Amino acid sequence: MTMQNDAWVISLVGIGLVALLFIYVIAQAGKIAPDPAGVQKKAYALRRPLFWALIVLGIGVAYGTLRTFPIPKQQGALHPAQTVQVIAHQWSWEITPAPIQAGVPIEFDVTSADVNHGFAIFDAHDRLLTQTQAMPGYTNRLIYTFAQPGTYRVLCLEYCGVAHYGMMDELHVVARKGDRQ
Amino acid sequence: MSALYPQTEALSSRERAVLNLYAISALAVFLLLMLFGLAMRAAQGRWINISPQVFYQLMTAHGAGMVGTVGLASSAIMWFFLRKYVRLSTAMFVANYLLFLLGAVLILAAVFIGGFGGAWTFLYPLPVHTMGIWSINAAAVFMLGYLVIGVGFLLFYLDAMLAVMRVYGNLGRALGWQWLFGGTIDKSHPTTVVASTMVIIVNTLGILGGAVVLVMCLVNAYVPRFPLDALLVKNLIYFFGHVFVNCSIYMAVIGVYELLPRYSGRPWGVSRPFLWAWAASTVMVLIVYPHHLMMDYVMPHWMLVTGQIISYTSGLPVFLVTAYGALTNVYRSGMRWRMPAMLIVLSMFGWAAGIVPAIVDGTIAVNVVMHNTMWVPGHFHFYLLLGVLPMVLAFLYHVAGGSSRSLETAGDRLSLAVYLIAGLAFVGMFLAGGRASEPRRYAVHFAEWLPYDRAASIAAALVIAAMLLFAIRISGALLKAGSGEKGSGEVPAHLPG
Repeated sequence: MTMQNDAWVISLVGIGLVALLFIYVIAQAGKIAPDPAGVQKKAYALRRPLFWALIVLGIGVAYGTLRTFPIPKQQGALHPAQTVQVIAHQWSWEITPAPIQAGVPIEFDVTSADVNHGFAIFDAHDRLLTQTQAMPGYTNRLIYTFAQPGTYRVLCLEYCGVAHYGMMDELHVVARKGDRQ
Repeated sequence: MSALYPQTEALSSRERAVLNLYAISALAVFLLLMLFGLAMRAAQGRWINISPQVFYQLMTAHGAGMVGTVGLASSAIMWFFLRKYVRLSTAMFVANYLLFLLGAVLILAAVFIGGFGGAWTFLYPLPVHTMGIWSINAAAVFMLGYLVIGVGFLLFYLDAMLAVMRVYGNLGRALGWQWLFGGTIDKSHPTTVVASTMVIIVNTLGILGGAVVLVMCLVNAYVPRFPLDALLVKNLIYFFGHVFVNCSIYMAVIGVYELLPRYSGRPWGVSRPFLWAWAASTVMVLIVYPHHLMMDYVMPHWMLVTGQIISYTSGLPVFLVTAYGALTNVYRSGMRWRMPAMLIVLSMFGWAAGIVPAIVDGTIAVNVVMHNTMWVPGHFHFYLLLGVLPMVLAFLYHVAGGSSRSLETAGDRLSLAVYLIAGLAFVGMFLAGGRASEPRRYAVHFAEWLPYDRAASIAAALVIAAMLLFAIRISGALLKAGSGEKGSGEVPAHLPG
């Protein structure tokens, strides 16, 4: 499972639950409860445990997704195996040096020479792997470890003008010396 | 006057004329901008051929126009109901409309005459880094258009703020904060006043933030030696943009609080959880915007964590107070399923369901692979197309239906069914595209993304067909009502003069 599939499934389940609740209430809406105040009281009594259940769920998800912070620290040394400089231009990428090694953490120092861009790495199946913004005046440090050697695609993910859709490049990732292909 | 149409909501002929201007303008602009959206999806699907330059002009007009027009339509809902409780100036409401019109003309001129295609977010320095596609003047006219529209909304909010303070003493009392920690809640305290006061506070701050960044960008456009910090500008733009869009939802939901009880026959008043929800939302809407900046790694990380956590907590008032409250109000109520009631229930579903993928994307680890993919327009179209727009339509069907029973035909109901099903398909294709890593804002798409684009185009065409029928029916009924009415123009007796 990729993160995209996780997000898709969780969203579909959530939307589906909301939809089921609405369908149930709509199906009941034409009837008239003999004790309307009692119905509302009962429904609002249910809300309190629901509130705490969502709070506990939220804390659990926040802890699970933030415990290992998804973004590398931006100050101090990161000790990557290789550092790659990325400068975005309207509408091309300047990426040095190439090639890039697989299986080890690579630090991408990403900035822009003109406007905001988005540095995004896609795999051979055009699946988005990771990204950061490329901003004028700032350098965002992205750490990524390529599992496999091969050709990866770089796309721009921040609207940067009329040729935004064509701002693409490739990353050539090779096996580390000593690793078997 | 009936329970559905109380005397306190009667419109003078002048007020009706102004409301008609708001309503009919908004419906016409929604339709036009939906056509722009359809053109973009069809172009991405390679069914029509438009140049990238024109594509990005359409995209800019669609984004700026939709955000502004949803705000305009929602402000009409707030005005309509708030004037029952406080004395609002019709002149200020007219001024808001006229300034909106002027701003819209400036924006359209910048885009379609000046060629501006810097997106509705006008992230610095793109507007002034034109690459020869548009001129600095075009960018400046676009931003000036925003500024003019912002001034209109500020006038409306300041008038509403003074009116609320005249009746309730201060904004805290209008929000019901005196009952947050105890005391006997005055059940007659209007939900409309609570929601309106929240919007007045929050959107005044949001628009002021927008005004600051617009003035900074305008000065920089003509005095480039006054450089701007791109990250600071981005923060201000997303603060303003997020607050403005959210306040449009909060203004529109006033119609839900007011109208749903009339069709269900059950009261829906203030309670302590309700007051807490609106108090919490007042703060959360102001501080959640960093979730738009999660991929700006140099942002202070505590702000990004705040963005994630407040994204989660922001869902609680929507789920547990407004949507849950609406369902409780409807459950076994002997509901009168007329068009406004159906549209209100649809709007509650669209809002509650639409924030699920939004909250998922508000998780930093997810955002890394979803930010600026089609997932993003997927979730915001969900709660705007199936949430806010049905709120606006419900309000207009209700107002227009006051004089015309003919707004309850099988055609109206069929259109609603088409709108719901096609709307779900339309937003579903965005979300599926996001899952497949389809980038947003691409004028030209890879072959593997075409099925999503084409299915979305068909769905968009059906949504527009339904919307066209809604617009014709509502506009016709509103104009008919206006032509046969004599207005008093008097202030209701219960309001201070």
